[in-house]
Parts: sequence; C-alpha cells; structure tokens
Amino acid sequence: MNAQASAVSLKGVSKSFRAGVTALTGIDLDVRPREFVSLIGPSGCGKSTLLRIIGDLIEPTAGTVEVNGKSAHKARLDHDYGIVFQEAVLYDWRTVAKNIVLPLELLRWDRGRRSARVKELLQLVELEGFADHHPWQLSGGMQQRVSIARALSFDPALLLMDEPFGALDEMTRERLNMELLRIWEASGSTIVFVTHSIPEAVFLSTRVVVMSARPGRIAGVVEVDLPQPRGGRTREEPRFFELVTEVRERLAAGGADLVAEEPEVAEEAL
Amino acid sequence: MASIAVERPVQPRIAAAAGWAKRVLLVLAGLAVFWGIWEGYRWIGERAGITWPFRVDAINMPHIHDMLWTLTKPLQPGGPALFQDEWHWALFTGKEALVGFLLGGAIGFVLAVVLAHSTILRRGLLPYIVISQTVPILAVAPMVVVGLGTKGVQPWVAVAVIAAYLTFFPVAVNTLRGLMSPDPRALELMRSYAADRRAVLWKLRLPASLPFVFSALKISATASVIGAIIGETPASIQNGLGGAIVNFNQYYSTAPERLWATNIVCAVLGLFFFAVVLVAERLVLKRAPEHVA
Repeated sequence: MNAQASAVSLKGVSKSFRAGVTALTGIDLDVRPREFVSLIGPSGCGKSTLLRIIGDLIEPTAGTVEVNGKSAHKARLDHDYGIVFQEAVLYDWRTVAKNIVLPLELLRWDRGRRSARVKELLQLVELEGFADHHPWQLSGGMQQRVSIARALSFDPALLLMDEPFGALDEMTRERLNMELLRIWEASGSTIVFVTHSIPEAVFLSTRVVVMSARPGRIAGVVEVDLPQPRGGRTREEPRFFELVTEVRERLAAGGADLVAEEPEVAEEAL
Repeated sequence: MASIAVERPVQPRIAAAAGWAKRVLLVLAGLAVFWGIWEGYRWIGERAGITWPFRVDAINMPHIHDMLWTLTKPLQPGGPALFQDEWHWALFTGKEALVGFLLGGAIGFVLAVVLAHSTILRRGLLPYIVISQTVPILAVAPMVVVGLGTKGVQPWVAVAVIAAYLTFFPVAVNTLRGLMSPDPRALELMRSYAADRRAVLWKLRLPASLPFVFSALKISATASVIGAIIGETPASIQNGLGGAIVNFNQYYSTAPERLWATNIVCAVLGLFFFAVVLVAERLVLKRAPEHVA
C-alpha cells in the first residue's frame, strides 16, 4: 500500500434490493486518510446503505469498494474500521467499561491491556468515574460517547458513523460535535459521517458529499475550507454560513426534500 | 464535567426491609382473603343449600383448619403424623421434578441454540415441538413408564422423564425467542468486529436471551412438579405425592381433608421450585429494573 492510498475508494457502486428498489447508483468516491467526510442527503437517499457497504455489512450490487487499499471484506476481517450507529447499541448486561472492551475481548487482548485501554478511552470521552455504571444509568449523550469509545478501542484507521448524534438534543449534539473533532485530531483517524444536519456536516467535515434522493447518487461535493481546529467561533463565521447555504442549494438541486420522512432503505437489507 | 447520569435511588437497608415486610404482609393478607372466601362460601352455601356447580357440604369443602390440622394426626394409630409422611412424599416427588426440570431445561436450551442457528431446522422442527405439547400428558405418561420400565429404568426416573417432557417446551420456545431477540444493529456491530458464530452466541445471543430463559424456567419450575405428580399416577408409584393423591382420592368420602392437605403440600412444593428460580434470576440478572420481570 503506497502513501497515497485512499482510506476509502468507491468505484461505480450501485445497490438494488430484492424488492426492486434501487438505493444507490454509480457512486464514485475517494476518501483520503485523515479526512472527515460527511454524507448528507434526504431520508431514503441511501447514505446509511453506502456506509454499510463501506463497512462490508451489506454487499453492493455492482462496483468495487476498497478500504485501506484492500477489499472491504478483507478490511472488515482485519478490524480496519470502527462503527457508531444512531442508537448507542450498548449491551445492557455489561458495564460501561465492559461495553468498551467488547471488541478487545474478540481480539483476544489480555485483561491488563484491556483495562489500561479502558482508562485511556474513558478519559478521551470524558467518562472517568462511570466505568462501572450500566448503560441504562447514563443519558443518551453519555451512551453515545461510550459507543464512540468502543469504536475507537482497537484504534481503527477508519471510523464509520451513522447519524451518531441524530437522536440527541441540539445542545448535547453541539458539545459532542466538539468532542468528536478533538477525538478525530487526537486519534488521527479517517471519519465517514452520515448526517441529516447541514450545519453539523459543515462544522465537522473537511468535505461534504451531498446525495440526492432515490436512486441515491452523489449530487455534489463541497470542500469545507474552514480553518482547523474548529471551535465555538466557527459556527459564527460568515464562511460557515456561505458553506451551509452552498450545501443547502446542492441538496435542493438534487431534488432533496429534507422534510420528507421516508423510511431508510437500509432497513430492507436486514 | 456536568454529569447527567440518572442514578438509581440507593435504598437504605431500612427501606428495603420495610419493602420486604410489606410483601410478606400482602401475601398473608391474600391468604386471609382466600380463607375468608372459602369459609364464607361454605357458610352461606350450607345454609342456602347451594348445589350448583357442586353441593356445598363438609365433604366437598372441608374446613381449611381441618386440612391443616389433619397434617398433625397419624394415618394409622400409633404411626407418624401425616406431615412426616407428606415430607417424605414431597422429597420423593421433588427429586423426580428436579431431575426432570434439569433434564428438560437442558434439552430445551440446547434445542433452542440449535434452532437459532438453522432456519431450516427452525421451520422443520418447531411444528413438531409444538405438537409434542398437544398430546395429553395423561396418555403419554403410562407409555413412558411402562416403556422405560421394560428397559430396566427405575420408575422414578421414568417419572422424571415425564416432568422433563413438560419442562423442555417453555424453555425451548422462550430461549429461542431470546436468542433471536438482539437488535439488528447489535448483530451488525458483531459483524463489524468480524465475530464468528460462537462469539456472537456467547457475547450477544446468550446474554440477551437470559431474561427470556428465566421467565421460561419460572413456568417450567411449576410444570415439572405437576409433571412429576401426574407421572406417578399411572406408574402406581406409592412413594410420592401423586401416589398419595390417588390413595386419598379413594378414601375421599371418609377423610376429604387428607386429599386437600396433600394438594396444599403439592402447591407448596411448586412454589418452592418457583422461588428457587426467582432467587437465581435475581442473582444472575443485574440489569435495568424494568427488565426484571
């Protein structure tokens, strides 16, 4: 693998489901290492499906998918990525610490190494002191931080996030956005981030990929040239609003109706 | 950092003890109400001459205190008090029920794990598992006892097999449901870790199934006692509660309170089995309060 290898490389990716629904068509996308790429689009545009295809959780109908210069399948078997869903998907019967080490148990890390890693991660997501709590004792935002810590536990090069903050209130969401950027910088990982929220996409990303409604295709790519590191001020800069407007216009041009609440096509894959 | 964790209220010991006292009182109150209804119905029924659905008299509705009192009296003059006999019968039937419970529980559990991993088996086998429970146990029991008897199996073991027959079904069905219960996201998560089937079973499916397993075990606990009692009847086993029921049934017109006393012992045995499972559940399942049934 050479230094210029893409973190994620999609060529001509399409996905149709058995029911005859075409979720995605002709997706070409390259994500460079250390990039923060957001996928944004209306409900049912297949952005979650696309994320799952990158993670080899669903197979594309056509096209090639490479992650870290190898097939998506090989990358999954090699634990090349961590994934975060909209719901935290924590195991109720495990404590916070035990939830975080779940992937490490599967990777057969020994106990000492696991507990050392948990300490680091709890610090990273600012949940020190909650190691022995159970998920149902935490707020939604805290649960999602545990979920992020779990995804980062084995230090994957790629982080796939499927509307991770979609179920949270606006204030928690903005705080977690800041935290995510800090984690992204600290961990040096690449992030592919699915979201419904235009300001969130602009605030977080180095690039925003705008998708159009069914069949899902890439309607445009917006380079986000806001300076790093981003902070509370970023959301107040004129350039921020310009970019938000640009993304919104691309969405509108792609026939997006953000109000439409169609069920995500990804559900049918399961 | 401003934590917004919702802590479960830490109950002081006194509050917990008060909670228990309340529960015990409620149970006692329930028993008292039942006692009142029984004796009240009898009192009115005798005076009003109620004959439907059955004639209300001392034979059909012995006094509850007579049922309990008869436990202190010997069956034969000079013999041990009835409760000593009942104790031995209960131990014997309890042994059959326990072996049946463990056997049936194990079979049901293994069956569920196998079915959870094969759609073909699930579709093919599940109907027969359901059919197995529609066959009346009274018809099956003599065949099992006689059949196993010709193979030299001790009668009480045959009875345990009958108890297992009643036990395995709820365990199999509920465990299967529990194993299939994880959210699709939780399964995707395991897939993202490239977890193999065994890891998915141990780390996800089994822990997720435990609440279901325990509700099944609670049903099975009492079912196994009933299975053991019913199993004894055609086997003409005299050492257990089932044998005692058959016996006392024959002398019902002269000493109805003995049959009723034995019924009470059977109920207590069933409750004991149930309580053991309940305690095990409390110890094993440490999760959100609303998940503990």
